[in-house]
Amino acid sequence: MNVELVRVATTVNGTRHEREVEPRLLLADFIRHELGLTGTHVGCEHGVCGACTILVDGVPMRACLMFAVQVNGRALTTVEGLAPERDRLHPLQEAFRDAHGLQCGFCTPGILMTMKAFLDENANPSEAEIREALSGNLCRCTGYQHIVDAVKLAAERAR
Amino acid sequence: MKPAPFRYVAAESLEHALAVKAEQGDDAKFLAGGQSLVPAMNFRLAQPAMLIDLNGLRDLDFVRADGPLRIGALARHRRIERDALIAQHAPLLHEAAPHVAHPQIRNRGTLCGNLAHADPASEFPAVVLALGGRLRAQSTRGERWIPADTFFKSVFTTALAPDEMLVEIELPALPPRTGTCFLEVARRRGDYALVGVAAVVELDPAGKVGAARVALCNAGETPTLVTVNDIDAAPEQVRRAIDPPANVHATAAFRRHLGGVLTRRALQTAVARAGAAS
Amino acid sequence: MTTRQFGASVKRNEDARLLAGRAQFVDDVKLPGILHAAFVRSPHAHARIVAIDVTAALARDGVVAVYTAEDLGDYWRPGPVIVPPPPVEGALFNERTQVPLAKGKARHVGEPVALVIATSRYIAEDAAADVTVEWDPLPVAADLEPAAAPGAPRVHEDLPDNVAARVRQSKGDYAAAAKRAHRIVKRRFAYDHGCAQPMETRGVVAQWDAGAERLTVWDTTQAPIAIRNGLAAMLGLSERQVRVVAPFIGGGFGPKIMLFYPDEVLIPWAALKLGRPVKWIEDRAEHFFATTHERGQIHDAEIALDRDGRILGVKDVFLHDTGAYDPYGLTVPINSQCTLLGPYVIPNYDSTFTAVFTNKPIVTPYRGAGRQHGVFVIERLLDIAARELGIDRAEIRRRNLIPPDAFPYDNEIIYQDFTRLGYDSGDYAPMLAKALDMIGYERFLREEQPRLRAQGKRVGIGVVCYVEGTGIGPYEGAKVQVQTSGKVSLLTGIGTQGQGHYTSFAQIVADQVGVAVSDVEVITGDTDQFYWGAGTFASRGAVVAGNAVNEAALAVRKNILRVASEHFECAEADLVIEDGAVSIAGVPGRRIKLGELAVQANPMRGAVAPGTEPGLEATRYFGPESGATAAGVHAMIVEVDPETMIPSIQKYVVVHDCGTVINPMIVEGQVLGGVAQGIGNAFYEQLAFDAEGQLLNATLADYLLPTALDVPRIELGHTVTPSPLNPLGIKGVGEAGAIPVGPLFAQALEDALELPAKGRELNEIPLSPCRLWELAGSPG
Repeated sequence: MNVELVRVATTVNGTRHEREVEPRLLLADFIRHELGLTGTHVGCEHGVCGACTILVDGVPMRACLMFAVQVNGRALTTVEGLAPERDRLHPLQEAFRDAHGLQCGFCTPGILMTMKAFLDENANPSEAEIREALSGNLCRCTGYQHIVDAVKLAAERAR
Repeated sequence: MKPAPFRYVAAESLEHALAVKAEQGDDAKFLAGGQSLVPAMNFRLAQPAMLIDLNGLRDLDFVRADGPLRIGALARHRRIERDALIAQHAPLLHEAAPHVAHPQIRNRGTLCGNLAHADPASEFPAVVLALGGRLRAQSTRGERWIPADTFFKSVFTTALAPDEMLVEIELPALPPRTGTCFLEVARRRGDYALVGVAAVVELDPAGKVGAARVALCNAGETPTLVTVNDIDAAPEQVRRAIDPPANVHATAAFRRHLGGVLTRRALQTAVARAGAAS
Repeated sequence: MTTRQFGASVKRNEDARLLAGRAQFVDDVKLPGILHAAFVRSPHAHARIVAIDVTAALARDGVVAVYTAEDLGDYWRPGPVIVPPPPVEGALFNERTQVPLAKGKARHVGEPVALVIATSRYIAEDAAADVTVEWDPLPVAADLEPAAAPGAPRVHEDLPDNVAARVRQSKGDYAAAAKRAHRIVKRRFAYDHGCAQPMETRGVVAQWDAGAERLTVWDTTQAPIAIRNGLAAMLGLSERQVRVVAPFIGGGFGPKIMLFYPDEVLIPWAALKLGRPVKWIEDRAEHFFATTHERGQIHDAEIALDRDGRILGVKDVFLHDTGAYDPYGLTVPINSQCTLLGPYVIPNYDSTFTAVFTNKPIVTPYRGAGRQHGVFVIERLLDIAARELGIDRAEIRRRNLIPPDAFPYDNEIIYQDFTRLGYDSGDYAPMLAKALDMIGYERFLREEQPRLRAQGKRVGIGVVCYVEGTGIGPYEGAKVQVQTSGKVSLLTGIGTQGQGHYTSFAQIVADQVGVAVSDVEVITGDTDQFYWGAGTFASRGAVVAGNAVNEAALAVRKNILRVASEHFECAEADLVIEDGAVSIAGVPGRRIKLGELAVQANPMRGAVAPGTEPGLEATRYFGPESGATAAGVHAMIVEVDPETMIPSIQKYVVVHDCGTVINPMIVEGQVLGGVAQGIGNAFYEQLAFDAEGQLLNATLADYLLPTALDVPRIELGHTVTPSPLNPLGIKGVGEAGAIPVGPLFAQALEDALELPAKGRELNEIPLSPCRLWELAGSPG
């Protein structure tokens, strides 16, 4: 099939990008390879693991279940957009570091984006609420306990 | 796994979307949430020649309760979970929502998309069936209302014609002294239910059970509605009525057993809630 | 020296990069002109290849090449056996290894048949679908026991049957012991360990620089040095021409130390042939077939006991599913065989296993590496024996624990490192006591359980023990160097997949060399930076590499003192190294930064004394004479809904002993992660193959990894018995959490549902609500 390329203009972490892409190009691949932002990772391409979670207009969504062409006119935030500058970390990232909330780090960007949006809505979450919000992100290294501790720590520090 | 190539149209209006669909028929699929369609495309189990993207049709993202509850095609699961009108007028829907997949999926997926996808293991088709809702289908040929009990035909198959879009659903107001309950058993939160039950119970003015029905998910090729004759015998009635599938997660026998257990528990809670609502 | 870093929960050096999304994983490697690969894979578990037609694929726009086995010429050959069979007398081993592309027939679903190279992965997948293969399906040897039976379809036709190996090991005389026994318990057990499913799938990127005649390969491997050596030999290059980089790896857990996967052999070859860089990233769907599993065993075991529940002996005969090929030798079943002995005194033991070829993906070690299976058998036998003899489950274990004065303890049989199985040190009774105390064992049985049962709640408790042979050889190495900047670089051959090596190793150096942990730059996984090493596996990193790091750092420290004493013209004993500088004790103003000292140690002109080596650097190697035995106890209280069979873990406790601890926070993370995988193994994860060898649940939607709602908060306790086998006293801990969870679930769920009183037992793993319901007699 000879498919026409489609124009997509999107703002990612505050920077505007304009490209012409195949409709079938997955948003995760667009972000990683077209835009070179490889912090967002791909774990399954079936919408289960959550490693590819980014914010679309501030709302966490799975980038493997969207096509790049669908974010035309939308504003995206990826993990690269969390830290205020290169040598500093966002408080949420600092809390993960302090609580050992990551081991291999592959699932971490997706979890950071999910938790950022979660904490923006729920500033004082219980452990149960954190685990529920985390249930759409798989981690194979940590057993989740230190991740939960990191989120609690971040929430505490923000208050 | 990367999807096969397809042509892409971003619908500019409902009419535009319907016109393109009328032209393409089954070669084109509507793309709203995409949370069921895109994984299937990534696995190349679905290879539509064209996608008609509905996400620009903001007018279809509505929840209205001026009259019976009406929910538009672009209302996301997230909205179903959080909207006060839903909690008030369709608590069964509100109760089922947190069981649907995961937060990130619910942020994107739509109720109508889920209903049109017609996976018998999904929660919402059973809920809509239990509530006796009706679904509005629209095409270039006009519109029609399809009652929930004729909408779901078979696995992944609905009464929608190739040129039709499901544009809204309507849920009738619950009569007074009605209680509802949704329960499911799943391997993990967010997984498809091994079995799920949506129960609706209406008490008569004397406080006795008047009418009761349960709709089950993953108990057959479509969501399965059982009108309960005798509430105490309901679990056995349901066990006899359903024809659940077997797969890697559970045998048909276990699903049948769970169907009975959840029916009993859901009806018990629904009765209590109906009493409280009196 | 100032504050000691060794033993402290120092925050990780690697975290800032990982958290900011700047860490480079294999799929993040970008090279101009890169091509992308996809494989055509067999849809059949066992089928002859009649014909392959690639014309349509080649005709597609964007396709650069399509290769089948024939196109590889002399390059096509079966892979090496990575781990030879153990030197056990009478052991039978039939070596059959995987091939780069199937020739003649395919032996498991997913075996690669053709390689497509295109300008994008999307197009490569389109072209893969264009390749038509004509198959002649053959009967399938899918299930373990039928595959072992005479007359089963043969996976390898040149063999008389599907026996891959047979090994018998024994000590003492079980037959005699059985004759003396007061009680013999005999059962059949089935244990399936599933597959690792790291969040990052595998991948290989290869680039041939024709000008420099150098090959660079990025690979998600746990053994970059072995890959380098093998690729150089296969491709006819010198080892110095090949650089293998294992960058940040998103979880290893064992399958990433399997080598040589077909893709590892083919992608570099394709890069050389095409003169362009080639990338292959495994997607999750193919990961279920293209990366190894660790599946199942069936044990017919018996235990002979005296009237006090003391073990007189154990006999075990088991089948082990090795999959279609056996490149990883017998590591997994040997571990099962050895680890069954556990922390117990078992004077007589007779164990025989038959490894069986099946038409399924290859089985190689996955976190626990076969120990799970052996631990399940002994722990279940003890539970049953306890019940039959009227002894408490914890008490029967206590009675059989190896006493603290019995170390080093000789278990006589051969272990996975080919040495005699021996436990170097341990003190097991206090661990059991501590776990029982932490879980509130006595109080639960006496008071809480009866009370809750009276309320209709089904609650149960479990306690299990295990040992883990860790820190095996052969060796690892490390090079420590003080840079002129004052920072210290540490190079080692061992790779890292999230275990915190960038930090734990830095802590060792920081203490010896007197710098901050964050000033130690750790470089691993790059064969150009460090030449020698075996790899990250078998819970050996901290033990073997850690000790090499320590030796090298000590040598640099001595170096620093020598050069500084010359510089200050004073005695070495007067010097203090701290905060990145050397000074004379009590004499302010006499101080030199390490960086400046490093400059002095590398004069650019003039003469040096004979025997002088430049710089402040040292390279050391460490190889233990045998492994160090870690141990642990897990305990759990669980409630089960008797109608839905959904369990809810109320309390979970781990007491573990991994000797001296470098970083408690990292050790804790390893144990917690292991337990989560153990919970997955016990109750959620099962590879469901049908009779045709088709995997029915080859997606993460249906192969169920535990989520944050499925893993409880876990309480950890630990004890320390340092290992006498290495100067730091360290024992490994990487696999600990995962090992005993299966029998723990079986014991606790049996207790919760009071199954034995109903004549029912749980002697298989994994369990699930449905399976539990069936084993409980399908009540209700």
